Amino acid sequence: MTTLDPSRDLAADDETQTFAPPKAKRVAFPIYLTVYLLVALWTVPTLGLLVNSFRDPGDIRASGWWVALVSPFDTAQWTLDNYTRVLDEGFSNAFLNTLAVSIPATVIPIMVAAFAAYAFAWMDFPGRNVLFIAVVGLMVVPLQMALIPILRVYTDLGLTGTYPAVWLAHTGFGLPLAVYLLRNYMGSLPGSMIESARIDGADHFAIFTKLILPLSVPVLASFAIFQFLWTWNDFLVALVFLGIDPENRVLTVELADLAGRGEGALNLLPAAAFVTIILPLVVFFSLQRYFVRGLTAGSVKG
Amino acid sequence: MSEQQPMLVDDSNVEPPQPPMEDVDVEYGVGSTVLSIIAALVIPLILVAFYFSFLFLKDEDANKGLKVILAVIVGTVGAWGLYWGADQLISRLPRRSANAVRPFLFVGPAMAFLGFYLVYPAVNTLFLSLQDARSDEWVGIDNFRTLFTEERYQIGIRNSILWVLVVPGAALIIGLGFATLVDRLGKRTESVTKSIIFMPMAISFVGASVVFTFVYSFRPEGFGDQIGLLNAVKVGLGGESTNWLAQQPWNNIYLMVILIWLQTGFSMVILSSAIKGVPIELIEAARIDGASEWKVFTRITIPTIMSTIVVVWTTVIILVWKVFDIVWVMTGGRDNTQVVAQQMVQEFFTNRNNGVGAALAVLMFVAIVPILLINIRRFKAEEAMR
Repeated sequence: MTTLDPSRDLAADDETQTFAPPKAKRVAFPIYLTVYLLVALWTVPTLGLLVNSFRDPGDIRASGWWVALVSPFDTAQWTLDNYTRVLDEGFSNAFLNTLAVSIPATVIPIMVAAFAAYAFAWMDFPGRNVLFIAVVGLMVVPLQMALIPILRVYTDLGLTGTYPAVWLAHTGFGLPLAVYLLRNYMGSLPGSMIESARIDGADHFAIFTKLILPLSVPVLASFAIFQFLWTWNDFLVALVFLGIDPENRVLTVELADLAGRGEGALNLLPAAAFVTIILPLVVFFSLQRYFVRGLTAGSVKG
Repeated sequence: MSEQQPMLVDDSNVEPPQPPMEDVDVEYGVGSTVLSIIAALVIPLILVAFYFSFLFLKDEDANKGLKVILAVIVGTVGAWGLYWGADQLISRLPRRSANAVRPFLFVGPAMAFLGFYLVYPAVNTLFLSLQDARSDEWVGIDNFRTLFTEERYQIGIRNSILWVLVVPGAALIIGLGFATLVDRLGKRTESVTKSIIFMPMAISFVGASVVFTFVYSFRPEGFGDQIGLLNAVKVGLGGESTNWLAQQPWNNIYLMVILIWLQTGFSMVILSSAIKGVPIELIEAARIDGASEWKVFTRITIPTIMSTIVVVWTTVIILVWKVFDIVWVMTGGRDNTQVVAQQMVQEFFTNRNNGVGAALAVLMFVAIVPILLINIRRFKAEEAMR
């Protein structure tokens, strides 16, 4: 299936040629075909949604998005109405709610995890190994285990439906992975450096803030992106702890509600979906490198 | 950050500058006393600030932007101040006890979070699963008996198992295939196409479900043109439109496609970096010996990256086992598409049945225990090699 065909060269594709490593690669046509077929399968559904989001509400119901592409220069069919309506009908509020949830829910776990990761990597204390193994184990505990008891406690404390309730929950659920990633990274920093700082009279707090944290920026960035995307895209935690009160809804809850209204809201769905996914897409494409680095560090260890 | 020494002399340091290597007793000068007082005051002050910010956050009329800014500032500065203040106080202690206590200041808050948000609820859920719907009376294993005898739960369990069997495998095979093929293309083509396959990682499960709404959408004949891609293609080829999401048992597969679409990028990226780590000498040597590309792939590449394959596979299994959003949005579990995680939320959130909900959660946890143990074993093996 992947045999190289020497009769075909890539001279046709200038771009590839320029960026190819020195030894010219010869690639068979079936490889190109498979790759581009997959790329098409992966993009067409999203592109269709994007096209639909700019179409007239009546058109969205009456015909498929591909119909619009037959005459793309017929400007009468394009409109921004769906976006203005979606933003008016709760999505601008939901956008703010989602920001209000995901920014603190990203910052707090990073700080708490960084302190703990430093202790696991560079401090000696009884129970260190047992506690860290517990952290490794907790990484896979399903969120569902926590929902009922936490909601009961929150209700007793009057926390249900407040932002702190969601921030702290996201902190608790995100911590195991954060501690694990940060500890592995911090532990790989050279011990001699920390030793010499100690000899110079620095205490742990100073070493942590002035030495280890600045050196850990790459892994902190990776986890931050990961956690931000996770909290932004989360549906379950927000649904359970913030609730379905229209004032409190985050984007995913609002979008799921819209999707649940069926045909009646069909014309608003594409624009609403794009309002929901635009920020994560921007974050993702601009910071992809850090994100990938974090993923590989987390999964391919050893 | 190469020259660290000057930066390390920090004015918040309790001890006056001292000659290196000498364990001088701490002298409490005027500056140090002032610092002690500040440190002692910082903690209650921050707690008071937390309290008032919390009241503000609960205030429904308050501006949302202000809330976020306040939360980030008070939250981070406050939490930092708490760590710092506590550290200062610990530094007052005799050196030996200070050294014994300090690690627990660093790990303590994290452990408290884990204890409250994961350990306590896990134990509590176990108890709730042995009680009735409203958590008033003990009912023994009745809830679990319900799970294994009532048909809708049996189907939910069956579906969850199917998801776990199909989705990780499909995401792995497509991801591995794509990573291998694209590795032969030019750098630029490779990075662009990989980005595209990876992109769904940034999209929420709810968002992806909406994307696929316009793939699976169905109109019965005579009710207008098909607006769903699949049915348009099928009708265009002369077939009849199909209500994909109601077509049992295949509707489960159609829902799985959404998650495969979302997760392939993850396995592709991880496996791609593993493939690039396979020693080129090994591959060249095999090629010189006349091995076909397929042989090189199956006999060299795959065995070399096997540990990564296992890690990716288990990671995706855990994610798939917890899948909830896609089913919730696409079908709500109708037409026998229910899965355990979605039934769990439905029982406890919609039907207000804590007992069965908790039992489903326990079932989810128990099924994952083997992976938990594998992870711990792998971690211990890694530590032994450090």
